Amino acid sequence: MRHILYRLKDRYHLGTPVFQRDDLCFVTVKRFELRAILTELRDVEGFTHLTLLTAVDWIEEQQFQLTYMVNNRVANLTLALRVMLDREDATGDTIHDLWPTAATYQRELREMFGITFPGSPRVDEEFILEGWTDLPPYRRDFDTLAYSQQTYNDRPGRVTHDPKTHMQKTLYADYPKGAK
Amino acid sequence: MKDVDDKFLKNPDTEVPLREELRPRKVTTPDGQEIDIDPLRDYFCEAKPKVHPKAYSKIVEDFYNWARANSLWILGFGTGCGAIEMRPLMTPRFDAYRYGIQWRPTPRQANLLVISGYLSVKTLKRAIRAYEQMPQPKYVMGLGSCTINGGMYWDSYNTIKRLDDYLPVDMYVAGCMPRPEALLHGFMELKRVIKEGKGEGANLYAENFDQYKANQKAVIRDWDMPDYNW
Amino acid sequence: MTAFPNFEWVQIAYALLTLFIVINYGMVMTAVVRKIGARVGGRYGIPVWQNYVDLLKNIALRSKISHGVMYYLGPVFRLTGGVGLLMFVPTIYGSEWHQNFSYAGDLILALYFVFFGTLGMALGAGESGHPHSAIGVSRGLAQVTMAELPLALGVFALSLQYQTLDITEIVAAQQGSIFNWTVFTNPLATVAAMVAFVGTMMRSPFDVAMAPQEIPIGPPTEYHSSYLALMQTNRVLFPVAKTVIYMNLFFGGATSWAEFAIKVFCLYMISVVIGVVHPRFRVEQSIRFFLKWGLPIGVLSILVV
Repeated sequence: MRHILYRLKDRYHLGTPVFQRDDLCFVTVKRFELRAILTELRDVEGFTHLTLLTAVDWIEEQQFQLTYMVNNRVANLTLALRVMLDREDATGDTIHDLWPTAATYQRELREMFGITFPGSPRVDEEFILEGWTDLPPYRRDFDTLAYSQQTYNDRPGRVTHDPKTHMQKTLYADYPKGAK
Repeated sequence: MKDVDDKFLKNPDTEVPLREELRPRKVTTPDGQEIDIDPLRDYFCEAKPKVHPKAYSKIVEDFYNWARANSLWILGFGTGCGAIEMRPLMTPRFDAYRYGIQWRPTPRQANLLVISGYLSVKTLKRAIRAYEQMPQPKYVMGLGSCTINGGMYWDSYNTIKRLDDYLPVDMYVAGCMPRPEALLHGFMELKRVIKEGKGEGANLYAENFDQYKANQKAVIRDWDMPDYNW
Repeated sequence: MTAFPNFEWVQIAYALLTLFIVINYGMVMTAVVRKIGARVGGRYGIPVWQNYVDLLKNIALRSKISHGVMYYLGPVFRLTGGVGLLMFVPTIYGSEWHQNFSYAGDLILALYFVFFGTLGMALGAGESGHPHSAIGVSRGLAQVTMAELPLALGVFALSLQYQTLDITEIVAAQQGSIFNWTVFTNPLATVAAMVAFVGTMMRSPFDVAMAPQEIPIGPPTEYHSSYLALMQTNRVLFPVAKTVIYMNLFFGGATSWAEFAIKVFCLYMISVVIGVVHPRFRVEQSIRFFLKWGLPIGVLSILVV
């Protein structure tokens, strides 16, 4: 894994790699180099499988983070590339020509985060939600509890307990041990 | 951390445009004729549901109710995780067949619609269609706390919280998820309700039709089907 | 009354009695067969009266919808096929009561009635407009047509053998000893016809027309309430009526209701047992099966005779 990163580091701008495990590494790359790195990983380094393409909403920094996770089946290595996008613009670069499955991920991101990928097939069609007119629901400025309270009727009589105090009261009076 | 963002307001109702293939339009037939088609009207019967009276004689009605209770045909339609709890009922361990309960593949032949768990808005649309296509008298059973008050999906943006806003429910089975034994017990209770002649959900639906439709249309934003599909 | 020299009005009552007995027998028998299947699977199984309850429930349903005249006539035709089949075949040999309307050429008529119900169903289900119905019916028709071939050949072999088209005479020729039964005197024709028998009983491996997991239930998808009740009646009547023909032609007929019950049950169980151990054929596989095995045996049986 480290050899691959050394090899890439000569030619591309890589951020500090974060090793979650020996075979799982996250690294931030520049957006304009993403395509070149992905292509090289796929064709030269043997990362043939796109495991995941997902997004994180960094609302405080006004940014979206796209995570492209690619996997080398033979060497059992997983490398995740992070790309930061501007939150206002929210336009990514499609990679459906590298991995056809990416088109589905991009449709999902379009619907759930509102990140659009120009050129990706059927990206503007409905994916899971039908007739959704509100904010994309996975954005953090979309409050799902407030939305559900304003949309669906509650049944009166529902109470909420704090799990810790509730369980202490009903089942485990002497928890933590000796605290009585 | 605050649970609810007080400032958040949901988008006031924007009309969702009808899908293109469902819009009324003019078509030219192969032999050059111009005809108007309206897919929503052409394929479906639009009549509102009727309230069907009971049989005149009480004895006959009781006899019918006994037959209905002992021949519950369930529509094979699973919505949430509860669908997995229905399957064991067919196995040797629980064997619901001995109570006259069977699974039918088509709504036309089913009497009981089991909403087995959480119901997303997208599925609700299908559930309503299936329910409306069933012949009267028909019964609805809500499975699990999701159908009662939202359950663990109480803050979800696309699952409904109260099933009885949208469909007339005859029987709830509580639990998350209810075990097959609880389901069997629910069936037995439903039988009792039917035998007492209280299983009149379909007539309730027909009486409060406008109310139910208003509720349904409030959450189903892209209403692309007729108001009542028989 | 020159057309029907032996006709008497009381025959109608007798025939209705036969019909009544056979329907009830079919109701109980199919339930018992399902119960046996359940017990083999380790389940308790349905109550034996479940068929009656279902029937009553379907009649008691309050709302129904029609898709047109043919939609309504479909189940009627289907039931006519079953009733007609039963009516023109002597159910109990030698009994004046249950002789029904059998006459000199009834073998041909019976062959026709076997097919009649499926045709009516095709028209009715076609009008219901559900795609699954159309798929199911086209499969069913293709399969039944193919299954008819060995049956027709076997029956022709039989009528050549006995030099008659009258079922009563065929039954009469088989009386006396068990070795007078056609199954011993003409085994090839029996085998050919039994292939058709298994093929038209709507059981696995030849149940692609209904195909419960694939095209939900095929032709009756849109049928409900009273229409379905009619079809249910036929579902219990038709197999028994068909089995009666086979019993008469190949297994010596029946001289009493007890013999009738036992023989029909055994014959019915043949298709059940074959059904539970074989997976479903696709329609082209079953057609090939009939052409490859049923047809040559049928031709051979004619040649042998």
